[in-house]
Amino acid sequence: MSVVLETRGLAKRFGGLLATNGVSFQLERGARQALIGPNGAGKTTFVNLLTGVLAPTSGQVLLLGEDVTRLDPAGRVRRGLVRTFQINQLFADLTPLETLALAIGERLGQGRDWRRRVGAGDAVAEEVTRVAQQFGLADVLDRRTETLPYGKQRLLEIAASYACAPKVLLLDEPAAGVPEAERRDILDAIAALPADVSVLLIEHDMDLVFSFAKRISVLVDGTLFAEGEPEAIANDPRVRAVYLGERGDG
Amino acid sequence: MTTAASLARRARWRWPEFVFWLSAFGALLMPSGKYLILNEIAILALFAVSLDLILGYAGIVSLGHAAFLGAGAYTAGLLAKHVTGDPLAGLVLAIAVAALLGLVTSILVLRGSDLTRLMVTLGVASVMGEIANALPHYSGGADGLQGVVMGPLLGQFEFDLFGRTAYAYSLTTLFVLMLLARRIVHAPFGLSLMAIRRNPLRAAALGVPVNARLVAVYTLAAAYAGAAGALLAQTTAFVSLDVFEFHRSADLLLVLIIGGAGWLYGGIAGAVIYKMLQDAIATVTPQYWQFWIGLFLVAFVMIGRQRLVGGLYGLLALVRRR
Repeated sequence: MSVVLETRGLAKRFGGLLATNGVSFQLERGARQALIGPNGAGKTTFVNLLTGVLAPTSGQVLLLGEDVTRLDPAGRVRRGLVRTFQINQLFADLTPLETLALAIGERLGQGRDWRRRVGAGDAVAEEVTRVAQQFGLADVLDRRTETLPYGKQRLLEIAASYACAPKVLLLDEPAAGVPEAERRDILDAIAALPADVSVLLIEHDMDLVFSFAKRISVLVDGTLFAEGEPEAIANDPRVRAVYLGERGDG
Repeated sequence: MTTAASLARRARWRWPEFVFWLSAFGALLMPSGKYLILNEIAILALFAVSLDLILGYAGIVSLGHAAFLGAGAYTAGLLAKHVTGDPLAGLVLAIAVAALLGLVTSILVLRGSDLTRLMVTLGVASVMGEIANALPHYSGGADGLQGVVMGPLLGQFEFDLFGRTAYAYSLTTLFVLMLLARRIVHAPFGLSLMAIRRNPLRAAALGVPVNARLVAVYTLAAAYAGAAGALLAQTTAFVSLDVFEFHRSADLLLVLIIGGAGWLYGGIAGAVIYKMLQDAIATVTPQYWQFWIGLFLVAFVMIGRQRLVGGLYGLLALVRRR
């Protein structure tokens, strides 16, 4: 198994607060890994460092063996590191069709093209259709995103990132806020992600974590606190103490 | 409908577009009449389309778009005065100079909130105006640029007193640049701009190089504004410091708000309505037209375009029923 995403001694300081404290972390090809941690553990900061929204105070981020620490978010996306957002970040009055066509067009390097209309040639249309079917969005492609049921918006949130053809996909609380009736669709969509896409799930929902992850990393106070297989993590007394001590529902 | 058909439909020509262009060009067949104001409308429309490219598509607010109008106007004026009176040469050079200015100043609008962008663009236009003011030897200073003599268009058509050639020239330029703008906004480049305006964070997270796209569209819009400036200078054979004035940029924003941002034709619709109103009110009360247009704008914004248009449709329906 080769490593697709790695951090070395990654640290981020905000004034006096060390939000990420020397995290050395690895994600292997085809991984189904979860990143958990109590509120304020630094998960969001860590994700922002991985994706390039924040620059680290020290340390490195390596994607497919290449140092991408200085690369901007879009540059990392083009190299295959793509994320979804915990709170939907969609284009409210564009359609899913346009959203997917955008992501696919950018990936195919057509984003600077001003001469041909979107979808000229069939490559983009075919791929939009394929992704839409995979995520159950085929029947709502022409509707404005803001008019979709929340569960569909959540699916689009994942589908748009998937359309970027990620090698590493960071799923930030993909099922957050989804009503019970639509939750199944999200879980199915995540379970159906192809094996060659390495997935890091950032999640609070322990049912989802333990049903999905083959490996779990626990972040506490900006430090990689524990790492291992789900069973080992579940039985780790230190992890239990952190969760039970600070969050009664762990 | 298939995905491919849905995508194709985005860029399709719609019948009101044909109606509009046919009547706009059809106006050239009128015996005489209103060419001067039609020419003004065409130029203002082009200027507004330019603002729509950055504001309506990419979400860059500007209170200084006159910087590019002025750059284009002085370029065309100076070329005509000192080198050649050929209108197309002036048009091309004005586009190039304004685009260059847009490219250089685009770096100032990449970051920051709407407010900082308003201030920065305002500042750039002021600086440009003051530069022109400080170089009276070249710009003519407060007296304006005198002695601009235009040659015939394409070596054939002299600019006439009634403004027929001027209108034909401005309208054709508007038409060609609209065709280009239409193509651009329906292309992947345009789609990426629409995404950036709505959510730059997510656009970047889908692989869109946001800053590069903003630089490109700002440069493009500056080129369009430069073309409008060239038309203004050439069809009036005069340029004054007024082209850089704040009211140019502010009125432009009003024009685009009236017509609606983000669909290209909003700039044209806004220019038509704005100029017609200005013309109609000025005929009735020459001194107080600003008062009435101000009142109209307040009412317009309070009532909202949707309801205003809806009300008009309702009125039409009532009339038809009788």
